[in-house]
Amino acid sequence: MVDPKKIKFPVSTEDIKGLSAGDNVLISGEIVTARDKAHEMLYNERPDRSELPFDLEGALIYHCGPIVETKDKEHRIVAFGPTTSIRLEAYEAWVIENYGVKGIMGKGGMGKDTLTALREYGAAYFHAIGGAASYLAEKVVRIADVYKLDEFGMPEAMWLIQVRDFPAIVTMDPSGKSLHDSIRSESEKIYNDLISNSGE
Amino acid sequence: MLKLIDGIVELYKKAATSLPPDVESVIIDSANKEEANSSSSNSLKIIGENIRMSRREMTPICQDTGIPIFFVQVPKGVSQREIKDIIYDATRKATDVIPLRPNAVDPVSGINSGNNTGEGFPVIYFDESENDTLRIDLILKGGGSENIGMTYKLPDKRLNAQRNLDGVRKCVIDAVFNAQGRACPPYIVGVGIGATKDQVALLSKKQLLRKINDRNISDDLAALESSLTEETNRLGIGPMGFGGVTTVLGVKAASNHRHPATYLVDVSFSCWASRRGTLLW
Repeated sequence: MVDPKKIKFPVSTEDIKGLSAGDNVLISGEIVTARDKAHEMLYNERPDRSELPFDLEGALIYHCGPIVETKDKEHRIVAFGPTTSIRLEAYEAWVIENYGVKGIMGKGGMGKDTLTALREYGAAYFHAIGGAASYLAEKVVRIADVYKLDEFGMPEAMWLIQVRDFPAIVTMDPSGKSLHDSIRSESEKIYNDLISNSGE
Repeated sequence: MLKLIDGIVELYKKAATSLPPDVESVIIDSANKEEANSSSSNSLKIIGENIRMSRREMTPICQDTGIPIFFVQVPKGVSQREIKDIIYDATRKATDVIPLRPNAVDPVSGINSGNNTGEGFPVIYFDESENDTLRIDLILKGGGSENIGMTYKLPDKRLNAQRNLDGVRKCVIDAVFNAQGRACPPYIVGVGIGATKDQVALLSKKQLLRKINDRNISDDLAALESSLTEETNRLGIGPMGFGGVTTVLGVKAASNHRHPATYLVDVSFSCWASRRGTLLW
């Protein structure tokens, strides 16, 4: 494996355009967690950029519902792995288009609409290691802010998190290439063979 | 004397923070089977490091601490109602002290109870034990892996699957193919065959309690399990869906008698973080 590329968020379109499906990256800077409720809120209420407490221009949205320990009103992230991204497929293209988001991170990849939006707006999808929650929590430098904690609850709130060298793999790139699509079509050939015979 | 509630909190803690040794060792072995320095082998190494780190620091392996599913065997004469109350109390306490992520959401109001308890949550199944021991098995079942489970009715025209073990085989291959990398492979796959939807769903879920290297008491099902492990791994989906030779760590199947008109097959998935534990009391 070649050395991972280092990338810092918020990011410019130029930096994103150098990424290709299959690249290993180490992410530093700020990332924003958003899962089901946050996406529903953005899509249904369509808040103006100025109404949000953090700027999503050039941001990395992370599909993650962290475990946060709170002692004496101080928050600490103890588990920080990705959730399944495909549930956000109905919203993500719109979010990318309207808020200037340049990176989406989660697990399992996303669908056609998101892939098209990544290509049109010069953004990329990053695949984090699913289930590696303790390992990934070690990459957290600090919690910078949180939005809608009381209303949405711990997993669904939008947490603004500073990370250092958070490992991920680009699986959907700004040129429209998807590692998930190529794995699926390769596996489909074998699937068709397996289904059409009666075992060994 | 330790109280049962504290025993169940410990069971939660052990299940959430340390993977069973049989699962850990098969994950470590599979890292060496993947192409050196590939994304797949690299992911499995990070997963191995995560497992060790969680055990050492007593932190949850995955931030989704799941749907707690209890299988309880109570000795004759012990009140199931009392055990249920203790499990609910232990769940609230475990959520606070470990901590677990609050995962119980009322689908009508949309409100998260904040303590992992609610109507029918945690899920609890009762049975009577054969001796004086109270046995509690716990699975912490991730939401992502629950979403990719499938139920089939045979015969199935699309799959050309008939009412026999080859039909079951096709269902399992179809379920794994459709799952792709969406729910944290390598997976452990549970299969239930029988008469009713609820029965086969429970049966496939119970298979996730079995050790990876155990052997099915039925020779026919044992053969199906090992050939399906090999065949599903040929799909090449790989760890995290990055491609590779390890998509499935094991397939575990069981059957109940069916009705002449029904042949239901349920397929349950566990992500690699197959968190389970047993408490004997």
